[in-house]
Amino acid sequence: MENLLEIRNLHATIDGKEILKGIDLTVKAGEVHAIMGPNGSGKSTLSNVLVGHPAYTVTEGEVYYKGKNLLELSPEDRSHEGLFLSFQYPVEIPGVSITNFMRAAINAKRQYLGQEPMNATEFLKVMREKRALVNLDSKLANRSVNEGFSGGEKKRNEIFQMAMLEPTLSILDETDSGLDIDALRIVAEGVNKLKREDTSSLVITHYQRLLDYIKPDIVHVLYNGRIVKTAGPELVMELEERGYDWIKNENRQ
Amino acid sequence: MSQEQEYIDIFEQNRSLVEGHCAALLNKARGNAAARFKAAGFPGLKDEDWLHSNVAGKFAVNYGMNLGRVEVKADSRTLFTCDVPNLNTHQAFIVNDTFCAVKGNSKELPEGVLLASLNDVARNNPSLLEPYYNSLAKDGDSIAQFNTMFAQDGLLLYIPRNTAVDDTIQVVTLLQANVEMLSNRRLLVILEENSSASLLVCDHSSMEKQTLSTQVTEIFIGRGASLDLYELEETAYSNTRLGQLFVRQDSDSRFNHNGITLTNGFTRNYVNVSLEGCGAEASVNGLVIGDKDQHTDNRTLVDHKVGNCCSNELYKYILDDKSTGVFAGKMLIRPNAQHTVSQQTNRNLCLTSGAHMYAQPQLEIYADDVKCSHGSTVGQLDENALFYMQQRGIPADEARHLLMYAFAGEVIDNIRIEALRDRLHMLVEKRLRGELNHCKGCALCK
Repeated sequence: MENLLEIRNLHATIDGKEILKGIDLTVKAGEVHAIMGPNGSGKSTLSNVLVGHPAYTVTEGEVYYKGKNLLELSPEDRSHEGLFLSFQYPVEIPGVSITNFMRAAINAKRQYLGQEPMNATEFLKVMREKRALVNLDSKLANRSVNEGFSGGEKKRNEIFQMAMLEPTLSILDETDSGLDIDALRIVAEGVNKLKREDTSSLVITHYQRLLDYIKPDIVHVLYNGRIVKTAGPELVMELEERGYDWIKNENRQ
Repeated sequence: MSQEQEYIDIFEQNRSLVEGHCAALLNKARGNAAARFKAAGFPGLKDEDWLHSNVAGKFAVNYGMNLGRVEVKADSRTLFTCDVPNLNTHQAFIVNDTFCAVKGNSKELPEGVLLASLNDVARNNPSLLEPYYNSLAKDGDSIAQFNTMFAQDGLLLYIPRNTAVDDTIQVVTLLQANVEMLSNRRLLVILEENSSASLLVCDHSSMEKQTLSTQVTEIFIGRGASLDLYELEETAYSNTRLGQLFVRQDSDSRFNHNGITLTNGFTRNYVNVSLEGCGAEASVNGLVIGDKDQHTDNRTLVDHKVGNCCSNELYKYILDDKSTGVFAGKMLIRPNAQHTVSQQTNRNLCLTSGAHMYAQPQLEIYADDVKCSHGSTVGQLDENALFYMQQRGIPADEARHLLMYAFAGEVIDNIRIEALRDRLHMLVEKRLRGELNHCKGCALCK
């Protein structure tokens, strides 16, 4: 299997404060990686850096995605290349309907790939299909993006967008936070249905419960800006039982 | 010699010429207006109401004024070709200050409705206009007095009681001259009880030469009557527009106003809505899109004189480059105006550090059983929303455009005429994409 994502010695800062202190991580095509770790360990920073959030500065290291230098690409080109982030806190965009938002996104990607814009009939058909995947109410689709949505609706809307854009590498940043059991199941099933042989995911979470539905191949523990432990899925159970303190103690300097 | 004195001299030297062309009703108001203008002079920057708009400087240009009413050869159909598609309108033009009816393609108005030259009606039927003309503007500021002093024509719209005009009445104002030009327009709109109309006034005064127009509009909305007024400005950088709008509403009347500044030079719009009968409703809205060094100053006064009235105000500005915007909105709730419901919202986007917005929301409440609120914000586009859109693949410029368009959309969505709403969505989109630097429908600037 070829390497889809290769992160080497990645250091990143926000407001001059170093959060990532040398991350090494390789994701092969088809793999699901879970990234766990206590609050403040750098999980969200890692996902934001990968998608090119302007608030973060990469000070050292390299990231290769599909063999390309990811850090040189604009956020929109990273998206066109198949990188998707399901945001921990999806943003409300008053006045922009989900339909117009998705049409702009899809057609920008098609333009990047040298394809014609999708025609209106086809677009609405795809919208309908993908909406069904996550039980997103058709009424929501006509509303402004995330405006007045409940926590669960926002997360479902993230997975709906993921279905529309069909990413190669999806990063799910605490997609389970704020979800009740039923919503969690719907979201997780949506993610599983979208899984293809050549697509990979980075699942960032605090808890085991999401990983009961989305089975990871490899589990990493991120602590204090570094990956301190990497193992198979059995690590999830161990963390659930023992908590993070033993990891913190092992890594105390 | 002071600037004021120059204009007073012009008036005094040409008074007989001016009056010779006009109805007695218009002439009767001039003396008092001249005296008040003389006493007050042009507003200065020390005048609180004009703090950010140096209007006196705008009168310093050596303008031509067509006081002798030399006929302007104008065929409105060749002057102006754009209209709002799918919108059946009754059209009229005001070229400089002269009313021109459109012959041929205008539909028949309901019986008794007058859409005509103000001066003609004032001459032929003075008793109809007597109770109205200048009754509101006479207490206006010195710009209103200046207009009254020189006003010679403009538009009269009269809708008799129990009459509904279903199709929109569209009035296009144009300036036409070969020299720098100052023009004073006058609009008088009378809706008798239980009548209704929608009026669209498009200001297309765009020439290469410097131009200045003052426009005084007086509107009387009778008991149970309803008026939608849309004012759209698409003028040029060389234009100065000084608009004064006075509205008097009787009980259970309804007034919905949208003032949209798409392209302009220096604009000052004053809106004064007086709620004088219980149950009256007023909605006063505005949208400004400014760039380069455009200046737009909107000042409103919604005066709740009696109780149980409702008013709503929404003004939004998008300012780019070095443009400036001013919004000063006052809601005055007088002591006996109990059970007033009133809301004012002003939101502004400054896209560059060179763009300036001066916002001054004001509430003056003298009654104790009312529900009033106001809010004003000045900010930039939401960075988080921009990034969210970029992550989904929408290029940064397109994302900014979508956010601005959405911001403006809230005002456009208030427009009740569907065809006009669609047209404005399109115009705003073009404007935001920088494709609307001048009015394309007007033969003068082609």
